[in-house]
Amino acid sequence: MLRRLHPDQPESFAFTSENRAWAEAQMTKYPEGRQASAVIAILWRAQEQEGWLSRPAIEEVARMLDMAVIRVLEVATFYFMFQLQPVGKRAHVQVCGTTSCMICGAEDLVAICKEKIAPRPYQISEDGQFSWEEVECLGACSNAPMVQIGKDYYEDLTAESFSGLLDKFAAGEVPRPGSQIGRFASEPREGRTALAGDEDNDFNASVTLANDLGDTIKRIDGTEVPLVTPWNETGHSKGAAVPEPVTDDLLGPKGGIDEPTPGPKPADDRPIDETGIAKQEAAVDNKARPDEADVAPEGGDAAPSDDAEAGEAPETSTPPPGEGRENAKKSGSPLQDKAKSDSDKS
Amino acid sequence: MLDDKDRIFTNLYGMFDRSLAGAKARGHWDGTGDLIKKGRDWIVQEMKDSGLRGRGGAGFPTGLKWSFMPKESDGRPAYLIVNADESEPGTCKDREIMRHDPHTLIEGCLIASFAMNAHACYIYIRGEYIREREALQAAIDAAYDDGLLGKNAAGSGWDFDLYLTHGAGAYICGEETALLESLEGKKGMPRMKPPFPAGAGLYGCPSTVNNVESIAVVPTILRRGASWFSGFGRPNNAGTKLFAISGHVNRPCVVEEAMSIPFDELIEKHCGGIRGGWDNLKAVIPGGSSVPCLPASSMREGAIMDFDWLKEQKSGLGTAAVIVMDQSTDIIKAIWRLAAFYKHESCGQCTPCREGAGWMMRVMERLVRGEAEVAEIDMLLDVTKQVEGHTICALGDAAAWPIQGLIRHFRGEIEDRIAHKRGARVAAE
Repeated sequence: MLRRLHPDQPESFAFTSENRAWAEAQMTKYPEGRQASAVIAILWRAQEQEGWLSRPAIEEVARMLDMAVIRVLEVATFYFMFQLQPVGKRAHVQVCGTTSCMICGAEDLVAICKEKIAPRPYQISEDGQFSWEEVECLGACSNAPMVQIGKDYYEDLTAESFSGLLDKFAAGEVPRPGSQIGRFASEPREGRTALAGDEDNDFNASVTLANDLGDTIKRIDGTEVPLVTPWNETGHSKGAAVPEPVTDDLLGPKGGIDEPTPGPKPADDRPIDETGIAKQEAAVDNKARPDEADVAPEGGDAAPSDDAEAGEAPETSTPPPGEGRENAKKSGSPLQDKAKSDSDKS
Repeated sequence: MLDDKDRIFTNLYGMFDRSLAGAKARGHWDGTGDLIKKGRDWIVQEMKDSGLRGRGGAGFPTGLKWSFMPKESDGRPAYLIVNADESEPGTCKDREIMRHDPHTLIEGCLIASFAMNAHACYIYIRGEYIREREALQAAIDAAYDDGLLGKNAAGSGWDFDLYLTHGAGAYICGEETALLESLEGKKGMPRMKPPFPAGAGLYGCPSTVNNVESIAVVPTILRRGASWFSGFGRPNNAGTKLFAISGHVNRPCVVEEAMSIPFDELIEKHCGGIRGGWDNLKAVIPGGSSVPCLPASSMREGAIMDFDWLKEQKSGLGTAAVIVMDQSTDIIKAIWRLAAFYKHESCGQCTPCREGAGWMMRVMERLVRGEAEVAEIDMLLDVTKQVEGHTICALGDAAAWPIQGLIRHFRGEIEDRIAHKRGARVAAE
């Protein structure tokens, strides 16, 4: 699935000192020279801190891990939990829409989102506080339908209870996560059929953590839960050497770059569609790309790419900023004109 | 019905003391060091004798998998990787283990790692399970503090480190080689096999990838004996199993039961029956989204929830995630949603899956509306056969099977819908 960076990027990104320490501790989980393994965790922390993942954040993570920026960009665009565009300031609502939830009423929840937040997924509500999307199975199927907001799962929802939840968030409250119909966890609703005994706890593990930490929709600055690294004492792998990574490419720039990477500039700022695809294309057309006219019309004598005409007409082969290739096609390149006149002759 | 005393996950719902002390009081971490001192060969043999088959979906014998690991290190370290990327639609069992009974898993990691000559183990948990990750990390920290992990773990003489890592929302990372790629900090695109992970896995070192449940049951099996475990279920389908039931039952739940439990017993005992009664049952997906659905007629009487019986029905136990659908369900739409899921989650590496998943979803979309030709049903079936078996990993197969199951059992319904649509079109003209 095509996922691109957002056209409006912040100037810079910096981890808080706590988050930086946390990120450096993450790297100690992996053997020497394999710190790239921590990329997902550190990107995720960057997103937790800022709310979404910007290009400066991706570049910063590449620097920290001594990775080629493209390799980090690949990871950021491959994994769907990374939000490549700004989301609602207060909460981004993720509605599980896969079959188990769907047959239990997830479509009603999506309807509520459309009504209360914004008509389209990833669109930020008018007050800037909320956004929503439909995600694939979140793995709480026995408590369907459910949504994830921030770190927490809200389970056993109905249209009414979900609507009430959103109202509470809008009013600045943080409602209690977990089952909204009073179930403890994933036991049968009207009493356990297994594991008899008196309850020792008031809430299940997830709800207890949410209550204790109080960080459901908070931006994570690293002061919440420290990462302890008890493994540093024993060290990695008892001296057995992990093989060197096989470098499959000679990509630059590696970590240590100070300047922002040039990269393609997203141009055509079209809104993200329902499936989450952003259509933003580079403003500069690729010279090496065969023109559509090359392959299209029968009888139309396909012009070779070293045709002098094509090389000398930059003003038409490069669409103006804000227009993608589809538009360039319509505006009629010299090649197309030539092909047309050729077919007219025959 | 399984007795509480025979349940392995004694705090599955997290109602009892979740701390390390609570876990010890329930019998976990009891004599772990002594179990390890019995030696590698004994542990692997016990696992083979217990008949445990992997709980992640494929059902490969766990003991056999462990025995593929090299006996002696050639200078490279060995790794155990626990697949906690529970993303198969319908599956929500590992979540309960990790947040409520984490010490079963942590103890299992130590024993299994020792059996495979591994000093380090990575647990790869799905990114969305944030609270579960926090709960599991807290349990790991407690185990370190208590000397159960780290140097001379649990007094066994074995040095062992356990690391918790996570993904960020890619279903494909539940595939073992994609998981390894992701653990190395890359896109989760599956690798070709061979080489198999036991030869060259994580960082090019010998690795074994096991499901959370497969590892978490290990300590109890070793303590209570292989014959105790293999006493449950039919031959070749041994043990107890976590079933996750969702959809149109009166009381959906996650519950541990003996393998080979009849379907109606499972539903009646634990879920309070089918919503609206058994006559209202329409279809069941017995093992998570990747297995073909079965119609009510196959599931009503004599249906047995285990690997072999469901395979005979051309379906599968998968992860034992049972999705129940009653007569109110639009079954075509339910399967279309799965097709949309696979289209969304295809990693894009192999053409048949990347293109086929989208193609199948779009045809399914028209079948939902009835805007199709009857001949297209066979064309769709043909395409599923072309995707199946022609990709590096099993995601292509998994995308094909639900549709094949739909056409096998509900072709009449699809045809009716097309005919109905066509009738309406004629009437309107």
